[in-house]
Amino acid sequence: MSTLMQAAPGGNSVKALDVERVRADFPILEREVYGRPLVYLDSAASAQKPRAVISAMTGIMETCYANVHRGVHRLSQESTDIFEGARTKAAGLLNAASSDEIVFTRGATEAINLVAHSFGDAFLEAGDEVIISALEHHSNIVPWQLLRDRKGIVLKVIPLLDDGTLDREAFSALLGPRTKLVALTHISNALGSVVPVKEMIAEAKARGDITVLVDGCQAVPHMAVDVQDLGADLYTFSAHKLYGPSGIGVLYGRKELLNALPPYQGGGEMISSVTFEKSTWKPAPHRFEAGTPAIVEAAGLGAAIDYVQSLDYAAIQAHEQGLLSYATARLSEIESLRIYGTGPDKAAIVSFTLDQAHPHDIGTILDRAGVAVRAGHHCAQPVMDRFDVAATVRASFGLYNSEAEVDALVAAVHKVKELFG
Amino acid sequence: MLDELRELYQEVILDHGKHPRNFRHPDESNRNAHGYNPMCGDTLFIYLTVDEDGVIQDCAFKGKGCAISLASASLMTETLKGLKESQARALFERFHWLCTHDEPPEHEPEDLDAEAIERLEVLAGVREFPVRVKCATLAWHTMTAALDGQQEVSTE
Repeated sequence: MSTLMQAAPGGNSVKALDVERVRADFPILEREVYGRPLVYLDSAASAQKPRAVISAMTGIMETCYANVHRGVHRLSQESTDIFEGARTKAAGLLNAASSDEIVFTRGATEAINLVAHSFGDAFLEAGDEVIISALEHHSNIVPWQLLRDRKGIVLKVIPLLDDGTLDREAFSALLGPRTKLVALTHISNALGSVVPVKEMIAEAKARGDITVLVDGCQAVPHMAVDVQDLGADLYTFSAHKLYGPSGIGVLYGRKELLNALPPYQGGGEMISSVTFEKSTWKPAPHRFEAGTPAIVEAAGLGAAIDYVQSLDYAAIQAHEQGLLSYATARLSEIESLRIYGTGPDKAAIVSFTLDQAHPHDIGTILDRAGVAVRAGHHCAQPVMDRFDVAATVRASFGLYNSEAEVDALVAAVHKVKELFG
Repeated sequence: MLDELRELYQEVILDHGKHPRNFRHPDESNRNAHGYNPMCGDTLFIYLTVDEDGVIQDCAFKGKGCAISLASASLMTETLKGLKESQARALFERFHWLCTHDEPPEHEPEDLDAEAIERLEVLAGVREFPVRVKCATLAWHTMTAALDGQQEVSTE
């Protein structure tokens, strides 16, 4: 049984997700496209926003907006309370030991770039090895390639098995005396495969002084994450995939690690003192937050965390795993349809191709049926190359999706077959 | 819903998409280019044989893509043979207009081969699907790059 399923125990202890009530929380789900009800199956790209998030963002602007950490005036204090409150909520979400371990970034991409720069500058030398996996999003590939070009590090890649899971034996073989950092996705955005990061972190730690960064963008919307239990040194996610706004994300880092890293960007907010001879930095997290931060977005992120926690992760998982099983079964009935990512432990993402039509043609036809999916390489071209396809269609489910929407997807795929013969 | 889609996916397009014409890598060609759309991964290689008088004697292609991009490339190879370089450029100009406008232009481009543009009318349905225009024009951008002596072109 998958860990996602285990984390969502059956029986009466889990309160069931009331999908109709949840859907009513998302104003956008009331709209139609091309005269048909919107069926939004692209949450892995970016999730829709509940009213609570929208209200929190307009609320701060209507009532107490000001710059944070600066003013002595009342509004600045209130805005700072909301901003720092979001940090505390993010720490709670990830079970960080302290809110000082939560750095706000523009998103997971910036967080990974921050680590590649600051960790790379401080701790890596030519010949040191960084291990990533073949499941990574481009955002967890390119920053390491740039670092390789700057510092001469060696980048190694854990290959994929045919079911879209990582080759653990290959990982064991890649770990070596020069391995300094492992950067892994928690859940593949292209295939939905859940990576056993806890076991892999333990293996890396047993092999040496190796720092592990986890890209949790696709995990945090679907499952409870405990960074201390995982043993992750660094963990990142973007708010917009967690039903929050775009423009803000979180980098968790163990306190002593963050405080050992040099700043990523310089500016206001991150300094203790500045003279023309020398400047000194604040401790983490503010060291990494140069300039005026995304204040309104932080309010939205805080509200998104409250919203997801109010629904309960166990209920969300049980609901989404039900959708995944149903969608997998219904789509598998379609002859000529092939699903990529068939491992035992998956999040609610189904990536597929159809013999008759290219993913883009499928995407266009689904769109006219009101069904929004992603058609393309999902910013994970190496995953596409591994399966020798240029692109797939990806239906990704969120807490607001229903079985009726799976039926709409399946009906639309049948239209593709009808049209393409 | 299917009616609108049939405007785009006409029989001719589905046929050219499934059985593209001139889908080959010729032994001899003198103007080649690779076109790539980084957004979707579509990739086309266009092979032109242009004679001393600037007449396109042969046009062929290879590559991977959606029905629209393959059909457009296939139709392009059929229409370009026998045209002069200037006519090929004029045809692209007019074809691009066709993909993005409901009405014909006030002034037709000079050197336009009227019969050729008529054959390409079948792709006009793409104008109702703005995000797919780049699929229909990838082969043409690549062809223009080949004529210009550029070897790589990417469109988004």
